[in-house]
Amino acid sequence: MSDAAARLDFPATALAVRAALRTLCDGVLRALTEADRGTAQIVLAEALNNVVEHAYAGGGGRIALQVWIDPGCTRCVIADRGRAMVEGLPPGNAPNPADLPEGGFGWFLIRSLASDLRYSRIGGVNELSFRLPRRV
Amino acid sequence: MNLVAEPKEDMLVIRVQASRIDTAAAIRFKDRMRELVDTPARTVVLDMSEVTFLDSSGLGAVVAVMKLLQPARKLELAALTPVVEKVFRLTRMDTVFTIHAAVPR
Repeated sequence: MSDAAARLDFPATALAVRAALRTLCDGVLRALTEADRGTAQIVLAEALNNVVEHAYAGGGGRIALQVWIDPGCTRCVIADRGRAMVEGLPPGNAPNPADLPEGGFGWFLIRSLASDLRYSRIGGVNELSFRLPRRV
Repeated sequence: MNLVAEPKEDMLVIRVQASRIDTAAAIRFKDRMRELVDTPARTVVLDMSEVTFLDSSGLGAVVAVMKLLQPARKLELAALTPVVEKVFRLTRMDTVFTIHAAVPR
């Protein structure tokens, strides 16, 4: 693929997610500002860890990740063969800090930073896609 | 996940010698913190200067440690790097902690 895109395929584990993020940060995401790279890491970490923990329920599987660096945005598509999100995308309501929550932040972070969030399931494959704005 | 504890007067400063408190490291972070915070100090300050990334699991782990220390001890944070600061700010969890720009001397 060109310098402006990447395709990674890796096992659904937290360590493999970390390695995939490092590969992207050292590769295609170098085209982004440091701030945009940070945002991309946050959203990708949350979305990918959701696949590990929920789609595959920690039982393993593989994840395919594609990233395109477009002029105005970074596009991402995450595909997996895990369980479906039967209720569609979670609303990602912000947990209340006063409750001292230890979880529930993931979808809120994704929805705060990404746009055009879409989910589809075709032929046993989940596909989550979104855009991240780019400051040029 | 290396944590270095340094007592300073009435405070215990714990420097996180890891670049990521993420899903892969969150449980280890909590376990290591649990070992270190058996301290008489009333305030524990986490030196986050080496941590360049923290995800929602990492955030949850920091909150869990804060709750573990309560009620007798307070957890404060210091030297948050940009991505870490962003996660705390977006979730408004920065309102729950005293956050120092630098590690108090």
